[in-house]
Amino acid sequence: MNKGVAITGMGIISAIGNNVEENYSSLISGNKGISRISKINTIHKNAIMVGEIAFTNKELEEQLGISPDNNYSRTALIGLVAAKEAIKDANILDIAAYKTGLISATSVGGMDMTEKYYYDYLESDAHRKYIEGHHAGDSTQKIAEELGVKESLVTTISTACSSAANAIMYGARLIKSGKLDRVVVGGADCLSKFTINGFKTLMILSDTYNTPFDENRKGLNLGEAAAFLVLESDALVAKENKKVLAYVKGYGNANDAYHQTASSENGDGATLAMEKALKVANLRPEAIDYINAHGTATGNNDLSEGRAILRVFKDAVPDFSSTKPYTGHTLAAAGGIEAVYSILALQNNVVFPNLNFTTPMKEFAIRPQVEIKEKELNTVLSNSLGFGGNCSTVIFSK
Amino acid sequence: MKKVFINGCGVISAQKTFDNKAFLEEVITYNDRVMPVVNPVYKDFISGGAARRMALGVKMGVVASNLAMQDAQLDSVDAIITGTGMGCLIDSEKFLSKLIDNNEEFLTPTSFIQSTHNTVGGQIALGIQCKGYNFTYVHSGASFESALLDAQLQLSSGEEENILVGGVDENAPHTLEIHKLIRFVKEENTDTSSLLESNTSGAIFGEGAGFFTLSTKEQESSYAQVIAVETLNTLSKENLEERIISFLEENGSNVSEIDAVILGNNGDVDFDRYYNLLSEGVFANTQQVYYKHLCGEYNTASSFGFWLGAKILKTQSIPEVVKLNKKQTSTLKTILLYNQYRGENHSFTLLKQC
Repeated sequence: MNKGVAITGMGIISAIGNNVEENYSSLISGNKGISRISKINTIHKNAIMVGEIAFTNKELEEQLGISPDNNYSRTALIGLVAAKEAIKDANILDIAAYKTGLISATSVGGMDMTEKYYYDYLESDAHRKYIEGHHAGDSTQKIAEELGVKESLVTTISTACSSAANAIMYGARLIKSGKLDRVVVGGADCLSKFTINGFKTLMILSDTYNTPFDENRKGLNLGEAAAFLVLESDALVAKENKKVLAYVKGYGNANDAYHQTASSENGDGATLAMEKALKVANLRPEAIDYINAHGTATGNNDLSEGRAILRVFKDAVPDFSSTKPYTGHTLAAAGGIEAVYSILALQNNVVFPNLNFTTPMKEFAIRPQVEIKEKELNTVLSNSLGFGGNCSTVIFSK
Repeated sequence: MKKVFINGCGVISAQKTFDNKAFLEEVITYNDRVMPVVNPVYKDFISGGAARRMALGVKMGVVASNLAMQDAQLDSVDAIITGTGMGCLIDSEKFLSKLIDNNEEFLTPTSFIQSTHNTVGGQIALGIQCKGYNFTYVHSGASFESALLDAQLQLSSGEEENILVGGVDENAPHTLEIHKLIRFVKEENTDTSSLLESNTSGAIFGEGAGFFTLSTKEQESSYAQVIAVETLNTLSKENLEERIISFLEENGSNVSEIDAVILGNNGDVDFDRYYNLLSEGVFANTQQVYYKHLCGEYNTASSFGFWLGAKILKTQSIPEVVKLNKKQTSTLKTILLYNQYRGENHSFTLLKQC
């Protein structure tokens, strides 16, 4: 019987908390992390709301004990915080004892520093150390080094907003195939002017709190976050008598092949991704107890995803909610933080509420779960859908 | 475990490699710090309007994937897996320069949309209406090999039958300029025909796209078999030989079985030592091959090396221009590729004759 791939540790930093415990506490008490932006001086600051991590870069550097002459982007800093928590949670004392890899995900990479020093680089050598930190693989290399992952499989995935879900999927496949005994998987993305302005030009940023699956939704709030899971082989789990938090039971990735940024009207890609994941998990749709939806609160996503959910689950749609009203849309990290939330849901038998919802959408009758709901959960499905038609689903089970 | 075959190639580079019938009979030499690509006629593959909207990297990726599918006589594939170290630099720079120059005003979404790292993979899928698995790896010098490993896993396990896998990187003016400032690009114009004797720091930068159709079925067009791929985030010079030997052993091979070793030397005096250790050490008596004097250095330049290996095995010939030493080779059965960039992201790829 396919038990799935064991998850033995997790770590997270987001707008609603600096570790797993703080995130859970905010989720159950309904504390949103959405506010006006404070750390980036953008002309849009009064027109948008974001999910910002509380710490400044300097505070993060101090906590991590990194020397001040480092060339870390904010993506690398928050990524390292979450990855370290995951390693600690998995009670890993000697990372080199087993074949350990790292699969991270990011869309922004070191863009925060590039946009700050873009022309400055040409004038003076004061900040040129950050040039090497621009590319998307840099934060991953730094996290690997700090964790002590050496001479091993380390890579980075960037498929826009489904990136971290894909990192989890690939990590699970590497464990199943026996290529690795253990792999740290997840993603990190910090806020940047680049993404704020990009989404602004697409006119999909809400000027107030985001309201997924609501008829009057106005768009998304951008957020920054990082989250990582530790996946371990059955042999390692048995040998070390490891505590298993949950299992990666199924996964699927498909392409909408419809438009570079918009989702197809009927959610073809999302439907395929969910169907593939159910097939890998060898589960029927009715086995899913809760869907942590992508639910970005854009007009296009929620309609397309809602229709896809209906296509897969027909007239028996399980409880579903989007947790983006808490954190904002954290882009490449979203699949990682929502994996942590799915595991927390399983561990605590609780469906997190879809905050800010008031008016059902007129296109369909399904409604998200709006109150916190306690019930026995055995299987949670998490969706992540991105630019380039990239659609991913990961199924977690007890 | 199913076998994995390379059934089609599409390579756009600083040489005229897009013509699959040719094999480096004519070579272009450069005396510069950067090499441009020899462009195919993009309009033969993409409509004029679309071609104008696409940055070079997207165009190269779409056309290279097209060529690879034609070469293998495929209309569709099950999955598309792309590697790109720097992503869509041209559109990223366009959007960012405008953003800074106009203080976040008067921006339009086009270049932002096309700046996303998975634009090439998404555009290929859109073009051939492939709704299958679509991943993009963005891990510096190991981006292409990460994609290759993913494809190999899915094919050998029998999950998929045909996968399009490729590497693509483009140059953009600002990124080039700042990489000149930190001397990742050579400070002097350098003659590509004597690249390895330059004795200077940095590399001649290049760009290009190399796409391949990998399949579980052998056919007439098959070039070679992909036996194994391994990537390592770090590797000390002391451990290099040992890791190569164990990689070969794990995959049922050994040093004496290697008929040619394809090395990623880029003429950077600070990092070519890794390659020299092998060419002077464990592979001193093996036919050595190099290629970055033909295509330049970019994060996915090793896709050019992969093409070279495939082509050598298919044609059973090694062009003089890529030979690093002269050894007698009768039949060419097994080829090892080794690449690293600036001492990081090492990769080993093992290819065998079909």
